[in-house]
This record gives sequence, C-alpha cells and structure tokens, in this order.
Amino acid sequence: MEIWIIGFILLLIKLIVVLGVLLLIAGWMVWVERKLLGRFQVRFGPNRAGKFGFLQPVADIIKLLTKEDTMPGEADRWIFLLAPAIIAITTLLLFAVIPFGEGFAIFGRPVPLVVTDFNVGILYVFALLSLGVYGVALGGWASNSKYSLLGAIRGAAQMISYEIPLALSLVPVIMLAGSFSLVDIVNAQARYPFIVVQPISFALFFISAAAEIKRIPFDLPEAENELVAGYHTEYSGMRFGLYFLGEYISLIVLGSLVAVFFWGGWRGPFLPPMVWFIVKVGIVIFFMIWMRGTLPRLRYDQLMSLGWKVLIPIALLNIVVTGALMRIGR
Amino acid sequence: MKLQDGKASGGPWEGLKALALGFATLCRHLFRYPVTEQYPEYKRVLPARSRARIVLTRDPDGDERCVACYLCSAVCPVSCISMQSAEREDGRRYPRWFRINFARCIYCGFCEEACPTLAIQLTPDFEFCKDDILKLVYEKEDLLVEHGGKNRDYNFYRHAGVSMVGDKGTHLNEQPPVDIKSNLP
Repeated sequence: MEIWIIGFILLLIKLIVVLGVLLLIAGWMVWVERKLLGRFQVRFGPNRAGKFGFLQPVADIIKLLTKEDTMPGEADRWIFLLAPAIIAITTLLLFAVIPFGEGFAIFGRPVPLVVTDFNVGILYVFALLSLGVYGVALGGWASNSKYSLLGAIRGAAQMISYEIPLALSLVPVIMLAGSFSLVDIVNAQARYPFIVVQPISFALFFISAAAEIKRIPFDLPEAENELVAGYHTEYSGMRFGLYFLGEYISLIVLGSLVAVFFWGGWRGPFLPPMVWFIVKVGIVIFFMIWMRGTLPRLRYDQLMSLGWKVLIPIALLNIVVTGALMRIGR
Repeated sequence: MKLQDGKASGGPWEGLKALALGFATLCRHLFRYPVTEQYPEYKRVLPARSRARIVLTRDPDGDERCVACYLCSAVCPVSCISMQSAEREDGRRYPRWFRINFARCIYCGFCEEACPTLAIQLTPDFEFCKDDILKLVYEKEDLLVEHGGKNRDYNFYRHAGVSMVGDKGTHLNEQPPVDIKSNLP
C-alpha cells in the first residue's frame, strides 16, 4: 500500500516538473529563435522587454491571451475549437517516453528520469506524431478558408509522406538496440553513440524530422508568401498560440529524439547526465534555427520527390545493408 | 550554374558546396555586431532637406512670407492645405487663416516647390504624432515660425520689386483694376 502511494506521488511530481519545464522552455524557445534569427540577419532581435528582451515571451503570452478569439462564419465550430489542442496535446504527450537523465534513488526506490519507460516507446512516438497531422488537417478544414484548406492539404500530404522515411530511418537503430524502448536504446549506446555506425540513418532522421515539424525548408503548410499563414490563417489569440506552442514543443521533442536515438541520450563524459541531455537537445535546436535562417523553402514537387524518390529508397537500402552487416558481424 | 531543363548543372557536390557556403555565411553573421540603429536612444541626424512637418516661415523683417496665392493648396495631391486670403491696408496679401491637416499630408513637398515666396517649407522634424487625429490639424499659429527657414535672407518683395506709390490704376498706361467680384466686361 505504502509503496504504491510513494510511486504514485513520485510519478505526479515527475509529471508536473516535466510539464512545467517543457512549457516554460517552449515559451522561451520563441525568444531564443527570434534572437538567433535576428543575429543571423545582423539585427538585434527582440531587445525591449527586459534585459536582452528576455521577458518577450511574457509579453507575447499576455498579448495572445487578451486578444479576441475570432472564428470565421460557417466554420465547423467544434473541430475549429479543438484542432489547436490536438497539436499541443500530442506533442506534450510525446515527451512522456523520453529519458532525460540517469535515474537516482529515493527511499531505496529507483527513480528513473523518464515519465514512463514504455516498452514500445518508438511505436508510441510514431502514433502521436501521426496524430499531429489531424491538428493541421482538421484546423485547416474547419476554418472554411481556401488558404487554410490549401495549407492543410499540403500539411497532411507532407507529414504522411515524411513519416515513412522517419520510421524507416529508425529501423536500423531498433535493430542495433534490439528494443523498442527508448530507455533501452539509450542504454545500448553506453559504449558509442549510434551516429558513429549509422550516419546515414541520422541524416535521414534529421531531414524527415524537420519536415515532420514543418520547419523551413519544409514549411509549405504555412508558406507565408503564398498561403498567408497556411492552416492557421483564421486562428487568433490563444488558439493561434497553441499551434505555436505545439510547434516549439515538437522542436524540443525532436531535438530530444535525435539525442536519444543517435547521440547517446544523456550519456557523455565529465558532465552530469542531465546537462549532457540539455546540451545535445540545444545543439539540435540551434541547428534547426540555423537551417531556418539559411535555406529557402522547397517547391511542392521538390518536397515530394525528395521524400519519395530519395529518402525512402536510401532508408530501405540502409536497413538492408545494416541487416547484412549485423548478420556477417555476428 | 546554368539552368538547363529546370535542373542545375554541376551535380550534387556543387549543390552541397553552395549549401555549406550559405551555412558558413550565416555563421559569420552570428559573430558580427548588428547594424541596427536603436531609434529612440540613437537619433540619426537627418539631412536638412528631408521632408516632414511643414512650417510657415517669415521674412528677415519679421513679416510672414505667405501671400495666400493658393498655389500650395492647388498643387497638394491630397488637398490637405486650406486657407482664406485677405489683404492688408498696404495692399499686401496674407492668409486670414491657414490650415494643414497633417493626418492627410503625405509629405510630398509639392507645396514647397510651388510656393513663390518660400513661405511654406518642410522641416526634418518627423516626431509629432498625436493621440487624437483632430490634433493633427494645424492652424496658422501652430505653423508659423519665427525665422526664415532654409533661406533666411530671402525677401520676395525686395527680390521681385515693390509696387509703386499711388493707388491701383492711377499709374501711366495702367488700366483700372478689374472688379473680380463681377464677370461683366
């Protein structure tokens, strides 16, 4: 009885801490991105609210919360209201299976630093990533606007296309680790991170991940210059904010996934595990922002041919070669 | 790289090199100090001829230069200048009232170009926004300044000649003045 209560309380504390930290970081990710983009373009970026513009997210949140929540006439009311929540919730749930540090012990009980060690963690990740498509597709559809609908169609097509190379690029990792659990995958990288043996897999995963979270150069669903704002054209106030929250949380989540699958998760010399994890996620996020500053947007047919004609064949070939090498090496 | 049939020649290595170049350029920019001028703290000195708030200037003698010829009002593309002409006892014209609606003004400077007496001039002062749009309607007393603006020594009457002594129509070979209130011959 007592053990059960302690476990439950520990889980609750972990949940609250992870959720709070994640939301807080996601808020300040906006600041980090704007600041970095500014410096990349030889500007200052936000620097008015607080020192170095550090309170900019607070100002943004106040603005978003106090704005009028508009809805277009003839919009599909309930779907329109719920769609932003789908994106935010699915991306938040994704973090549940990501191990972010070495476990420690309280009252003689081991406390792993992961919300839940799911034995089919990768499948859970893919399931939630696929659900994210609904937020885009339904939000665009329900808005009753041609820009939103075009953005949603593009988004759905893009995300479904890139989910395949995303999943295929992880098959060699699963083969090497011999497990679907993210904790086991991190433990399997105790000797060396998987990027050493799977650089192609890593590149495929990185590109597909960027497309999956609709970052430049794959931001066709929101393509400002053509589609106003794509699938969230008609959203305002906090619902618009939820889309953005989802976008930045998924940036953090995909940074964590890259770290977990290819860079050995929280493992690393000298520094404490948690610091290593944060550093690795930070590098991924920095590179994503760097990419956003550098690259132009792909054309729709280029996007599709890159996904279907380049990434998927390479991913399949990579699986075969990895399997063959593992067979020989055994 | 030449574009042939929509495909860049040079192959994937050429493309990768171009990509790396782009990333390197941004990386260099990250360590450069931003070129932005921080406006309210740092105010750049504007050229004397930059066009903003309009003023009505005065002669070196202190008389107002405006002779209410309506040329500025006529040339104004947004019709933001209006006035009412009047005549002094010595025959010199002046505007009884003069009004510029700065909410409408586009600061094109046509009025300054049209003005024969250099009375109306644009100044570099652009910081005069108001919390009420009606406060942007400037009357003559708001527009008049105590100096000659860009050309302080200029005096239209001294430059173009002053009218001779005697009333209108009394000089040699001069026709009697036209009654502008009537269109009869």
